[in-house]
Amino acid sequence: MEQNFIRKLIFDEKTRALLIQTLVIGIFAVLIYLVTKQTAYNLEKRGIGTGFEFLNIAAGYDISISLIPYDSNDTHLRAYFVGLLNTLMIAVCGCFLATIMGFLVGIIRLSSNWLFRNIAYVYVEFTRNVPVLLQIILYYTILLHLPKVKQSIIIFDSFYLSNRGLFSPAPIFKDGFSVVIGSLIVMIIFTFFLKKFLKKKQELTGKQYPIFLINSALIIFTPIFFYYLMGMPLEFDHPVMKGFNFKGGMVIRPEFLGMLFGLSIYTAAFISETVRSGIISVSKGQREAAQAIGLKANFIMRLIIIPQALRVIIPPLTSQYLNLTKNSSLGIAIGYADLVHGFGGISLNQTGKAIEIMLIVMSTYLTISLTISFFMNLYNKAVQFKGNI
Amino acid sequence: MTIIKTLFASMILTLGLATANAGTLDVVKERGNLICGSNTGLAGFGNPNDAGVWEGIDVDVCRAVAAAVFGDASKVEYVPLTSKVRFTSLQSGEVDMLSRNTTWTLQRDVELGLEFVGVNYYDGQGFMVRKDLGVSSATELDGASVCIQVGTTTEMNLADYFSANGMSYESIPVETNAEADAAYLAGRCDIYTTDASGLYASRAGYPDPSAHVVLPEIVSKEPLGPSVRGNDSEWADVVRWSLNAMIIAEEKGITSGNVDDMIANSPDPETQRLLGVKAGYGAWLGLSDDWAANIIRQVGNYSESFEKHIGVNTSINIARGLNALYKDGGILYAPPFR
Repeated sequence: MEQNFIRKLIFDEKTRALLIQTLVIGIFAVLIYLVTKQTAYNLEKRGIGTGFEFLNIAAGYDISISLIPYDSNDTHLRAYFVGLLNTLMIAVCGCFLATIMGFLVGIIRLSSNWLFRNIAYVYVEFTRNVPVLLQIILYYTILLHLPKVKQSIIIFDSFYLSNRGLFSPAPIFKDGFSVVIGSLIVMIIFTFFLKKFLKKKQELTGKQYPIFLINSALIIFTPIFFYYLMGMPLEFDHPVMKGFNFKGGMVIRPEFLGMLFGLSIYTAAFISETVRSGIISVSKGQREAAQAIGLKANFIMRLIIIPQALRVIIPPLTSQYLNLTKNSSLGIAIGYADLVHGFGGISLNQTGKAIEIMLIVMSTYLTISLTISFFMNLYNKAVQFKGNI
Repeated sequence: MTIIKTLFASMILTLGLATANAGTLDVVKERGNLICGSNTGLAGFGNPNDAGVWEGIDVDVCRAVAAAVFGDASKVEYVPLTSKVRFTSLQSGEVDMLSRNTTWTLQRDVELGLEFVGVNYYDGQGFMVRKDLGVSSATELDGASVCIQVGTTTEMNLADYFSANGMSYESIPVETNAEADAAYLAGRCDIYTTDASGLYASRAGYPDPSAHVVLPEIVSKEPLGPSVRGNDSEWADVVRWSLNAMIIAEEKGITSGNVDDMIANSPDPETQRLLGVKAGYGAWLGLSDDWAANIIRQVGNYSESFEKHIGVNTSINIARGLNALYKDGGILYAPPFR
């Protein structure tokens, strides 16, 4: 029996493979254990405190870009959330802008217009081949050379552009504005079903309806109607120059803009190449067939080419989104208070908990990236061919 | 990138490659040079000159230690560190000591596992603004944009000071002194705040220094001094007494010019002990008996170093003030050499 078992371990291919894999995992686990133990030992030996208690003590520093209320008496944990939200904000805005620009440039690169095509080509080659960090610093430096705050450029009497950012009026919502918002949401849901209904009718009768026009009108004019009905429940808080800075209103800071331009312009170049390859991958016959049945050019693009191109575009697009999100950690270079800059930098320095904080920051990025991948994979499944072709 | 440096230093901590067991003094002696963490560039304190040679009063502490250990003040390798990575670099053993205008605080001394060995410059946090803003006091700064180096005590003092005075501000965080200068000169911020000494040093390098004014308020205590890892008191003693030797030399009137004369002729017992005329004191530190004489010969006493790099005859133009000897009205005071 015993001998049989050993014989099996050595000569049976499946069992042998299992044995080797178990060994490798075992060695890896032991290594991790040793590294952890050694670290704890080294830290203790050097008298460096460890643990996560620091999350609950006051951070003691201020962050000017914050989506949630925060001041220096709040905890490091709250500073973490401020940084996390700033990272997510730049990631979401950046991905959004990069996608739009990327699709436009990708399509322009295939245009028959020599000038447009080549401008797009130069743009792609320039931005793709210069490190994104340099581009971020470039845009930020340009923004810093806007007029000083006292000589702000005034746009439409209510926007002020200077090297402290773009100051704009802030909306103040009064009683009754929720009705306007409510009507907007109801209309968005309503038009969704209306579109389904009209599409079905079109399939049955062949009669076409201007769905887009009807829906846009509903979404735009219904809230406006309620806005006046409720007695215009919206006011604006205008920024006013007071002392050193503008008071009141809202501000988009140059640090945010520098990051947004740098990340989205850089990533858009990659996305445009992805889009271009996606469009090229759709066989010529598809376009010709569409032309043969008399579809208009923009319908060919929208109904025939893009849906098929998406199958090719989505997977690399996902990795571009991941890249952009990870590149947002470069905010540290121009003082954009993202996760790495605030929590991963200042908190780390003030508390000295390098290992703990690095672990938290790294697992946060991992979580964000995996979440993006998860949803993009769902979307990817949705746009793949269904059934047999 | 600082983040890479931090990661790297954390990795060294993790893997325990650093020389945790041997004493730093032995390691330094064996290696043949001292690795000193310095500022990335702060005129008068730690800054490479036109020829690429590091100089400044912080750098002089490194040079003094090298002179004490090797008898040669030039045997130093400088590692420029931003305020953010400095402690991790020291903890991980990347540098032997830190001498880069660093404030001695409880948390750094205890929680970070460091040991501050003394104070080589008594400083306080100040504010610099453009003169044409017409500001004469820090209490008029409500609503201003403030440039601030991240990972510093000034960052915390700033938050405290503004909230204590019921004022608001917008903080513009920057990594280095040079970045702060650029943002301040571009008008991104109204105020640059750091240790007053740093403000004077920065201002000296501006195109028109007279257009900027350092406000009279000093809002914090910033005792700046060299530090070492906390688990090596033998090495801490070497650095501590190298600095003390410079201060005692000033007290005793020993300069780089007259040190050999003093060795030959001084009747003062403490001077004789310091300069190794009476033997045996160097051995306590694991050094040769002429260690302090070497410091004074090659680096000079505290006053010489101060006047050469930041004194009233330099472009930085700082008076001794608090940093004068205790007997001259300042608070500089070294324990007795016996």
